[in-house]
Amino acid sequence: MECIIEEAESQRPFECDALTIYSDLPLLVVLPETVEQVQQVLRICHLLCVPVVARGAGTGLSAGAMPHPEGILLCLSKLDRILDIDALARTARVQPGASNLSISEAAGKHRLYYAPDPSSQIACTIGGNVSENSGGVHCLKYGLTVHNILSLNILTVEGEELSIGSMGLDSPGYDLMALLTGSEGLLAIITEVTVRLLPLPERAQVVMAGFDNVSTAGDAVGAIIAAGIIPAGLEMMDRLAVQAAEDFAHAGYPREAAAILLCEVDGTSEEVAQHTQKVARLFEEHGATSVTISRDESQRALLWKGRKAAFPAIGRLSPDYYCMDGTIPRSQLSFVLNEIYRLSEHYALPVANVFHAGDGNLHPLIMFDASDPTAIRRAEEFGAKILELSVSVGGCITGEHGVGVEKLSQMDSQFSTQELLQFEDIKYAFDPALNLNPGKGIPILKRCQEYRALPARHQHD
Amino acid sequence: MTEQHCSLQTEDRSEYIIAALQRAREASRPVYISGGGSKQHLIGRNCDYTVLDVSGHKGIVDYQPQELVITARAGTPLVDILAALEAEGQTLSFEPPLFEGIATLGGTLACNLSGPARPWGGSIRDMVLGVQLINGRCERLNFGGKMIKNVAGYDVSRLQAGALGTLGVLCEVSLKVMPRAEKTLTLRYAMSAQEAVRHMNQRAGQPKPLSGAFWLNGQLHLRLSGAASAVDSTAIQWGGEILASDNSLWAQLREMTLPFFNDAGALWRFSVKPSADVRLDFGSTLIDWCGAQRWVRGEHPDEALQQAAIEAQGHISLFRGGDRSAEVRSPLNSVEQGLQQRLKKSFDPDRILNPGRLYSWL
Repeated sequence: MECIIEEAESQRPFECDALTIYSDLPLLVVLPETVEQVQQVLRICHLLCVPVVARGAGTGLSAGAMPHPEGILLCLSKLDRILDIDALARTARVQPGASNLSISEAAGKHRLYYAPDPSSQIACTIGGNVSENSGGVHCLKYGLTVHNILSLNILTVEGEELSIGSMGLDSPGYDLMALLTGSEGLLAIITEVTVRLLPLPERAQVVMAGFDNVSTAGDAVGAIIAAGIIPAGLEMMDRLAVQAAEDFAHAGYPREAAAILLCEVDGTSEEVAQHTQKVARLFEEHGATSVTISRDESQRALLWKGRKAAFPAIGRLSPDYYCMDGTIPRSQLSFVLNEIYRLSEHYALPVANVFHAGDGNLHPLIMFDASDPTAIRRAEEFGAKILELSVSVGGCITGEHGVGVEKLSQMDSQFSTQELLQFEDIKYAFDPALNLNPGKGIPILKRCQEYRALPARHQHD
Repeated sequence: MTEQHCSLQTEDRSEYIIAALQRAREASRPVYISGGGSKQHLIGRNCDYTVLDVSGHKGIVDYQPQELVITARAGTPLVDILAALEAEGQTLSFEPPLFEGIATLGGTLACNLSGPARPWGGSIRDMVLGVQLINGRCERLNFGGKMIKNVAGYDVSRLQAGALGTLGVLCEVSLKVMPRAEKTLTLRYAMSAQEAVRHMNQRAGQPKPLSGAFWLNGQLHLRLSGAASAVDSTAIQWGGEILASDNSLWAQLREMTLPFFNDAGALWRFSVKPSADVRLDFGSTLIDWCGAQRWVRGEHPDEALQQAAIEAQGHISLFRGGDRSAEVRSPLNSVEQGLQQRLKKSFDPDRILNPGRLYSWL
């Protein structure tokens, strides 16, 4: 593939990320093959004050990698090599365009793996994972991206090289690793990542339970945590999601259940045997209408297949769907779901809910038909209401998908003006001309009037 | 010196903290933020400013065991937090030093202090979910929250870890907590430092409930914590001498009260690649954190120390003693120094919060 794409038609594949309702074309798409080329692109853009939007595999769900019409789309997908695996220190040094799964595949021969596993892990890149602080189904026990990376090589907006973090477990000065992780490409460009690897668990097993209402399912989750078990994964799906997933994957889910829970425990063989029994018993005590313990690896894989296929399964029911990403305290689950069902009727749009129950991250999937312009508007409004609802019960507007363009206007429901101005000041500390991924992540309140005119859709407050 | 108005006694003292900071800002007189005072002569450079005593701003604000989240005011002693957690069978997975019970939540976050469980249980930096702080503009700001996942805006909460109060006065902190281990057991092996570094890293690469690995005076100690079945089966597989009463050993390591730490002179902390096979030829060494944290005592040429840290792919700090008016941690290059200075300015434009505590230029 060529390294510079000028023609609009050839740029089309890059016009959006996985949130396709937001799209635009850049001045140029560039696909550098070396870090030096990335550095040159940044230097030139800095000199000419041209916006730079970094992109990995484009699997993001908040339009964080949507091109800027006056800028360069810096596509890092060709920098996809695993540079080094140090089995004794349990680290992997990789380029930003390496896919999440490729790291675990390469580490597998040492019986090690990279823990965060977003559902797009086959395609999504580690650079994108760092930029979004990606999670996955194993966060409760194994943490987010920010807990699983040690060091980054970055280029500043001026094109200066810098290595941050260390091979130790902390670094001198301010923790720029914490600040850069989840910064959505607004502070620097990532050119190399050193990740922490974990030993592959000896054994993992899934317990599935059906419940006849969402509230008892939520209570059952609390009971597991209270019993001192930290599951490797703990997922909930409501009725519509269960039925869609079952029709698609034939995983053996109880179609009549109002909600199901999938609880995976991992560890040593003895520990897993002990904990699966305990989890099954707790589910029964908390009103489960059915309980299934995976017999073997193939059944475990099948039970997960349904969950992992939930999004495409919803895609079969509806021409389009809009995936939300709020987090809520688990104690509010029943209230929040009932509000979502009420809003679903109000907007006349069906919704299926997939919930990372262990860590409170709710993904309502709003179904709509994009060929109907009023439906898009209703879906967006419905989504915004869900985010505001999440904040009102003590949660937040995004657990793992990022703010991007999509949630920019909800930032002020979570943050005060002073807090937003503090974010803005941090942005200026790294990128005073606002050239890195402008119009995303944080609203710019203070000096945006002096800044280049943005198209209406990018308009800040 | 402690000014009368800065002496805080009761629980929610945030208004007083804001008022004190406003006065400091108007008078262009920086403050030295002090909680329990346990780390005044540790970690940072000496600061001779008016003391802003925040130890009175204390108390647990919210604790939801089933959500695995606790929120407390920054002046709350860690012992109070641990007592509340213990009643629910939970704990702080990063095993912080308590320093005779006076270490506070805010100070522990500001210093990013974690104990022997750090490589497996994470650091306080890893466990912090949200903070309320007062920045150098005297604004009370909330970042993060009580959710395990939250990616809205920059991660200002984790940025406070190790910032030594130079970006804001911490008021409230929310932390992820974890269940206490069902069983703990310590195994001991006689071996050299070099063998121990290799051995502990190999063990850490196996899916077993390892929760501590340190070496001192020819002996490697491995701690197992978790489900009883997992701990017992691992102990059988790994062999070694099982220590009967092991809790005080790990507590002494955590509190830095082992005889190794008794020397009153300079104490250096290397934070390095865990498997680094670098001879730190600086007299006796204590190797903790599965090799990632190594302690060295006494006066040594600065250049040699810095060189050793670079070779071990990490950094070094003068944790205690020595010349605390000079820099006490590894230098940063000019690009990073510029970024860190601009970051400091974004929080504290008038340099009233612990200026010079972290680096002379910060």
